[in-house]
Amino acid sequence: MLALSEFRPWALFDGGNLAVIGGFLAGFFPPDGSPAFMALLFKATLETLAMATAGTALALLIGAPLGFVTTRALSISRIGPGPGRVQAGVVRQAARWLLMVLRAIPEIVWALLFVRALGLGPASGVLALAITYGGMLGKVYAEILESTDTRPARALLEGGSGRFAALCYGLLPNTAQELASYTVYRWECAVRASVVMGFVGAGGLGQLMDQSMKMLNGGEASSILLVFLALVLLADLLSNALRRLLA
Amino acid sequence: MSFHLDAIGVVHPNGHRALNSVTLAARDGERIAVIGPSGAGKTTLLRVLGAALRPTEGSVEVLGEKPWHLPAGALKKLRARIGTVHQSPPIAPRLRVVTAVLAGRLGQWSTLRALGSLFHPSDIAGAHEALARLGMEDRLFDRCDRLSGGQLQRVGIARVLYQRPALLLADEPVSALDPTLSDAAAGRLVEQSEATGSTLVASLHAVDLALRWFPRIVGMRNGQVVFDLPAAHVTAAMLDALYASEGGIAAQHPPPGAAMEPAFQRPDCP
Repeated sequence: MLALSEFRPWALFDGGNLAVIGGFLAGFFPPDGSPAFMALLFKATLETLAMATAGTALALLIGAPLGFVTTRALSISRIGPGPGRVQAGVVRQAARWLLMVLRAIPEIVWALLFVRALGLGPASGVLALAITYGGMLGKVYAEILESTDTRPARALLEGGSGRFAALCYGLLPNTAQELASYTVYRWECAVRASVVMGFVGAGGLGQLMDQSMKMLNGGEASSILLVFLALVLLADLLSNALRRLLA
Repeated sequence: MSFHLDAIGVVHPNGHRALNSVTLAARDGERIAVIGPSGAGKTTLLRVLGAALRPTEGSVEVLGEKPWHLPAGALKKLRARIGTVHQSPPIAPRLRVVTAVLAGRLGQWSTLRALGSLFHPSDIAGAHEALARLGMEDRLFDRCDRLSGGQLQRVGIARVLYQRPALLLADEPVSALDPTLSDAAAGRLVEQSEATGSTLVASLHAVDLALRWFPRIVGMRNGQVVFDLPAAHVTAAMLDALYASEGGIAAQHPPPGAAMEPAFQRPDCP
């Protein structure tokens, strides 16, 4: 097993390799703060943020309706069980399969595909994120709605209310916090993922990182890593603010 | 005819038989109390009446419709005309009291109005009026998780009063209230039925309350209707038999005198 995975940790301590890694890591300090690189870094950060935000927003547009369709917590036909149970089950299952397909293919694969189709740049990253993250959001939204106390929504449905009204009055009051913080967490993941996609040419911090790593420029790499840290911190602050707002 | 149940049987998916050949009918505006020991099938009966549970056997007719023969849209409209007070009020804790009460009319409102009312309560006066009848108007803008169990139960009742359903079902509506409040809340439900002409069916553990406020008493045991009589004809012996072998019988049981002459205790009924 170890041989198959070419796991040879001692290669790390080979004289030549050690010198290369050591030189690279030593270059991490101090971080590169030159105005030219800062301008580049700023533009790449904006690009990454835009990619992550647009991707998550589109994912929300895909995931929220599919989650709403998929969740069993809002099924009217299960009451009784009533009419249209088979049809509703088919629709729900179809939406579930769609969500599965969307998130089964990793965003990096979509990104590679879209880079071929749309050319280099963040647009392919946005589409890749929208598709994969739409699938994840939809699945998790549906499950969050099911894992809360569903009796308020069910009582409303039993009183003849519509699905959307039952969602707003019965489920959202208890789940809005969790839904919001999961969405912000996904945005944070999107920031990281957009970096990975940058390596395949989808622009942003990832592309910059790719160039710095290839040139073994430690100072630039550490500046970029510091930006990652700041972005995760930003996501955390945003998530906390939203939770407080919805409390 | 408000509802007609014919030979209803309900077997739950786990094989437990909750109702066994129950036949029951009511005219419009009738007020019926369902009494009986725990596990007698009172809640299941109310769920069948509320078109929330499809019986395994028998036929249901509610408000002139056969719910389980209706298409989805018509069934939804029928359900909007039935109001249910649940034993433990199913209200999202973060909802404000005013919103929780207004939710009673979600079945009658468009989705757009429902959505708007979530941010700007569309009928504060209506909610205030319903809550005032239960002495809860001062909690209008409180959040429901700030309320005690008894207050929450009254919010649940206010929701149904605001809904103004044609068939009012109440499952242990006063179980969390003290005797004075219980009596008042039961009275409000009866008033509502009298004022709007709606049929009222309530399951009650407090037999004295049932005998005082309800002209017709249905006794249930083991998923079957044991007796279905005017309140004045219910005797202490019947109640003994109904609750026999139930532990807390002495506490539940009204004094024999009250059981024999229940109607005279009701102030507004000549």
